[in-house]
Order: sequence, then structure tokens, then C-alpha cells
Amino acid sequence: MGLGILLVWMAWKHVRTGDPVWRQASVFWVKVYGLVFAMGIATGLVQEFAFGMNWSQYSRFVGNVFGSLLAAEGVFAFFLEGGFLGLMLFGGDRLGPRMWLFSTFLVVFGAHFSALWILMANSWMQTPQGFEQHASQWGPMAFMTNFGSVVNTPSFLPRLLHTWVASWIIGSALVLSVSAWYLLKDRHREFAKRNFSTAIKVFTVLAILQVFVFGAQMAVSVTKNQPEKLASIEGNWTAESCAPLYIVGWVDESAGKTYAIGVPCLLSFLSYGSFDASVPGIEEFPKKDWAPVNVAFQAYHLMIDLGFLFPLIGVVAWFVWWRRKRERMPPWLLWVCISTVFLAEVATIAGWWTAEVGRQPWVVWKVMRTDAAVSPTLSTGDVLLSLITFALLYALLLVLFLFLLDRKIKHGPEAPEEGHLSDLPNTFREVFRQRAQARASGDLELEDVSR
Amino acid sequence: MSLADLWFVLFVAIIGGYIVLDGFDLGVGMLHPFAAKEDRERRIVLNSIGPIWDGNEVWLVVGGGVLFAAFPVVYAALFSGFYWALMLVLIALILRTVAIEFRGKRESSRWRGLWDSVFSVSSFGLALLLGVAFGNVISGVPLDQNGEVRLDSLLDVLHPFALFLGATTIAMLLMHGALYLTVKSEGALQARIRRWVPWFVGAFTLMAAASAVWISASDYGLTDTFTDDAWTLIFPAAAVLAYVVMVLMVRRGRHTLAFFASSTVLFLSLATISAGLYPNMLKSSTNPAYSMTVQNASAASYTLTVMLVVAIIGIPFVLLYTAGVQYLFSGKVKLTDSSY
Repeated sequence: MGLGILLVWMAWKHVRTGDPVWRQASVFWVKVYGLVFAMGIATGLVQEFAFGMNWSQYSRFVGNVFGSLLAAEGVFAFFLEGGFLGLMLFGGDRLGPRMWLFSTFLVVFGAHFSALWILMANSWMQTPQGFEQHASQWGPMAFMTNFGSVVNTPSFLPRLLHTWVASWIIGSALVLSVSAWYLLKDRHREFAKRNFSTAIKVFTVLAILQVFVFGAQMAVSVTKNQPEKLASIEGNWTAESCAPLYIVGWVDESAGKTYAIGVPCLLSFLSYGSFDASVPGIEEFPKKDWAPVNVAFQAYHLMIDLGFLFPLIGVVAWFVWWRRKRERMPPWLLWVCISTVFLAEVATIAGWWTAEVGRQPWVVWKVMRTDAAVSPTLSTGDVLLSLITFALLYALLLVLFLFLLDRKIKHGPEAPEEGHLSDLPNTFREVFRQRAQARASGDLELEDVSR
Repeated sequence: MSLADLWFVLFVAIIGGYIVLDGFDLGVGMLHPFAAKEDRERRIVLNSIGPIWDGNEVWLVVGGGVLFAAFPVVYAALFSGFYWALMLVLIALILRTVAIEFRGKRESSRWRGLWDSVFSVSSFGLALLLGVAFGNVISGVPLDQNGEVRLDSLLDVLHPFALFLGATTIAMLLMHGALYLTVKSEGALQARIRRWVPWFVGAFTLMAAASAVWISASDYGLTDTFTDDAWTLIFPAAAVLAYVVMVLMVRRGRHTLAFFASSTVLFLSLATISAGLYPNMLKSSTNPAYSMTVQNASAASYTLTVMLVVAIIGIPFVLLYTAGVQYLFSGKVKLTDSSY
């Protein structure tokens, strides 16, 4: 999603200005996008299957409510992405810049739309509403009573924005990292400068907004809707007013104590807007409903620490970039910029761990426990063996992905090309007219430009 | 026709879309190492599905989503019951996806040879498993009263009938993929594939006929629909008609029309099987009372209505741009800088 947004921006700038550097950038990044997207399809397919495979009791129970969101995602968003991905990846030399921009926009729009449905589904699991439970031939089931409340649960909007912005940060961090590396090695200077300049602005602005607006809104939503989760991720054992916001620490779950350093009273202020507000403690809730507190605590604090680091990196790098008039960036600062894409990935994954570990032991918050959701037909051995299989397969894919991405980055962008673009069809009418002409004249033969 | 019936029809249509569209992708994958002799030919074969395979595979994902929403208990039983078979499907889908993407990234012939093998083997595996899945749905599964499939091991799903349907599916998709490639290629490559088409058609004819006989002779109960409701015979009759058209078109060398006819054969074969199964969706071999039918397994009417609105808004767009994109990439394959 993040790289996609920047691609749309680059392709749009090319359409508007005709500047070949933007064309060069679009062609380069679309290839990276293709690689990333293929990995996304390969690993994301598992999700659609896994609900039924590993969570049959969950699937039966929620199918009426949850299934429809997934089906809608498929019908509305997947087809859009899948259909136009081919045009985006292979249309660069078949379509004019304007049509290519249009296809790219549709793929990126599809990706955001797809995220919207999947986050609706996740938010329903976190803050379920709009349903009733009844018995059925196949055991108790949740039945949808109000589609409007199912799609717009209290945690949906903050989660959607928080996640979208996180993905945009990763996308801009990728462009920032790669262009910083080119600057460091003094390669593809014009390309690198243009990309760095765009990416540093996007990255910095989004990182600031993420901390102070979207992340903060998410925290308020958790405070309001899932106070147990707030207590766990903060490692807050007893209710206290003027609760500190921890920066780093360790939770001793058996002793029910958190050893940490933090900013006094800040948590109370961020969660409730008042330094005196009382923040709930874990011990207020029955022990059988506690999450694995230390895991949730560590994931959450890793995310927020990185979250505070990003605006700092962004502001410093942007300032130096501006002061030195885009020349002679200090190597250490370029290395810091290079690291952002890895850190942003870690922060996002830590965020998902926070959301998913923090809500345990519930798979559907206060409605269905995770251990009651599994497939009863599977043995521990089945689950373990398949988990190991996936771990090995994903590790292999990760290694191959990094290897190919590294090659692509080292190979760098192709030299800017221009000229033949004006012959390419730039509207739907031209696209279909050219096809019809080529068909009529039998001019659809092979062109040998094999690499 | 109730809402549940309507959703059964829509579900079958989506799976039909998957079989027709990803069917030729799988056929192309299986033919890839045999049909293409050198790298340029292999690139043509791969790029014949290059821009569209991903969109085609979406039909399977959407089929899964629709099953989850419209018939949640069937989704839960099928997916958890066939756990290891689906693990194999997932591994094959993942490896196939990355093989397509990774192959062209390096010049080395060992690299390309490796991914060519992965591409082909995973395509064979998926075609086989698709047939095995139908074999089990037709023959019934050990479903208990809680809606869980109780299998002892993966071997339980690999019984002779299922394996035979798997082999039939391989023959069917080889035929379908070969017709597709004939349309998309030319020269020596096309001539080679053209010579094979009659053999694939022959193999499919024999195996499909044998499958039909096997099903009729068995106690799977698939023929009851056709004896009870004679009008349903329209599905097998139309399938046979499409088959005759396909054979005639192959003989006359009209490969584009033959490809459309084979698409129709695939779709109508699925329609025939589905009509035969109806009203069952998943038959219990343990006790017929545990069987899941279109009526007792469907979601509540509120959910089905909401989904119908989704489908009415979404499906016309899907059909429109699927057709548009397929049209845009129709014609002989052109290799360019952005090809795989």
C-alpha cells in the first residue's frame, strides 16, 4: 500500500510534467512492487484457508457475520487488484502514461479497499457488535442482526487509519532507504536525489502524524473499548491515577510486578486527557482472562519506542538535507535512513503483536475464547508439523525475496527512456482501437527482445 | 428458488470461473517444460499467462470467502477435515506463485531450470488435488454430528475413485491448456502443441466417460437428481454438445473457438456434478442424517441478503474488467522488457 501510493504519485508527476526521471522512477519501483506483491499473494493466500483449516469451531460460530466481510473483500477488492495488477506490471510498455497511471491507481485503491474489509473483520473480533447468539443444528452460532454495526465497530476507524498510515510509512521508508543507499554509494544521483527528497518529506510528516494523531487515537480506542488490554500492554497491575508511560522494562508475571522506567503521569494524560485520571490495573480483572502480559508489554513498547524514534530521524535528516542543499549528506545519517525500512517493518509487526496478544484469551472479545475456537479434529502434532512447514517455507521465501530485492536494488534503475511513449494509447478508446487495428492487420506477432 | 439455492448457484458459478480460468493456467504450467524447447519458447509459454494468472487465481480465494459466508459449516468441515490435502494445495500455490515471479530474475540456466521444475510440478499437483477434492465431495466424507470430518490420515482422501478423478482432471486441463497455448503461440512451438491436442482430447474423452460410468455404477447417489428431475439433464446434454463443438473446431483448426468450447465443457461438467449433488453439499459417509445440505448448512437469510447486495454491486464490475483485461492481453504473446 505504501509503495503503491508513492508509485501513483510518481506516475502522476510524470503525466503532469513529462519529466523522464519520474518515468524512470515509476518503471524501477513498479518492478520492486511486483516482487513485493508476489510475496504478498504467496503468503497471504494462507489466511483465507487458515480460518477453516485451523479454526473450524470459530468459522462455524462466526461465519454468518465474519465470512461476509471476507467475501465482500474478495468481490470488491481482490478482483480489482488481481485484474489490474497485470496491466500495472506489464502495461508499462503497452499503455500510455495516463492509462498506466490509471491501472496503478486501481491496484493501489484495491489494496487499500482490501485492507479496509480485512480490518473491519479484525475490528469486529476486537469489538464485536451487531449480532445475536442462537443455538443451531451445528451448535451455537452468531447471527448478524445489523450489517451497519458489524462494519463500523467502535475500534474500526482508528484501526483502519493507524494501519493505513503504518503501511504508508513503510513504503516511504523503503524509498528512503534505497535512495539513501544510492547517495551513500554515489550511484544514480539524479534518481536518488529526487526519490530521497520525496520520501523524506512523506516519511517525516506521516511519522509525526502517526504518533500524535493516529497512534494516539488507537490508544484512546483501546482505553475505551478494551481496558484489560490497556492494562496488559502497559504492564499496569493495580489501578492508579497519574500512571506513568513506560519506555522500557520487564514484567514479572508470577510476582505481578513491572520493573520499568517511564514518564510519570503521561499514560493517564494520553489515555484520558487528564494527569489525574485512573488507569485500570490487571488485578482488577479475573485471572483467567489475563493476556500473556510480558509479551504484550514488550511488543507494545517496541512499537511505541520506534514510533517516537521515526519523527526524530525524519526531522534531523530532512533538516540536514535542506541545510546542505541536497549535497554531502553525512554517511552516518544516510545509514540511519537506510535502517528505517527495517525498523518500520519491526514496528508494524510489533503493533500487530500488541493488538493480537493483548486481546488474549479472546478470539472474539468477551464472546469466544481462543482455545474454544480451534479445529477439534487436529492433533497437536498436526498443528506443530504444519507450523514448522510454514516456518521453513516462509524463511526460504524471505531469503529468496531479500536476495532478489538486493539484486534489483544493486542493479538500479534503467536509464531514462522517452520518445515512443507518445505512440501508446492514452485513453480507453485508443486502447481498444489499437487492439482492433492490430487484430485486423494480423500484426500481433512476436517481437524478439528476449533478455 | 430460495436464497440458499441462489447462493449455491453463485458459489458453483464462481468455482466454475476458477476452473475455466485458472484451469488453463494450470494446463500451461503442466505443459511448460515439455512444450517449450529453449528459453525463449519457455518465456512465451510463461508469459501467455503472465499478466492474468493472478486475477484468475482470485476466483479461488473469492470462492473460499463465499463458502465461508454463505455455507460456514461446510467451509469449516471441508477445510479442517482435509487439512493435509489443503496444506499440499497451499504449498503448491505458494511455490507456483514464486516460481512464476522468480524465474526471469536471473539469467542462469540452473536458476531458470529449477523454477521451471517447481512451476510444472506444482501445476500437476494442483490439478491432481483439484480432482481429488471433487472425488471426495462426490463419494462423501466421514462427517460426524458436530459437522467435523473424521479422517484417520491423508491416505483416506486418496482412494481409487478420487485419484482417478484427479487423473481425469489432469487430462482435462492438459487439453484446456494446450488449446489456450495454441491460440497464444505460433511457429514451431504452436505446431508442436497442435499435434498433441488430439491426444489430450482423446485421453480426456476416455477418462471422463469412465468417470461417468464409475459414478453411475456406484452408490454415490449422484444420478438421482437426473432421474427425479428430468429437466436437469440439460446440464450433461449441453456439456456433451459443447464437447462435440470442441472436437469439430479442433478438426477444422479453429483453435480460438475450440478453446471457448472447452471452457464451456469445463463449466458445464462442474454444473452437472453440482446438479447431481444437490441438495447435498457435503455427504456424510458415516450417517446420511449428518449430511450438509444447501438448506441446513446455509447462513441466515439476513447474511445471504447482505451478500446478495454485495454481489449485485460487485460482480458486474468484476465481469467487465476481467473481460477487458483478458481482451487487452489477447492475441499472440509478445515478449517485452517487462515480461517475466
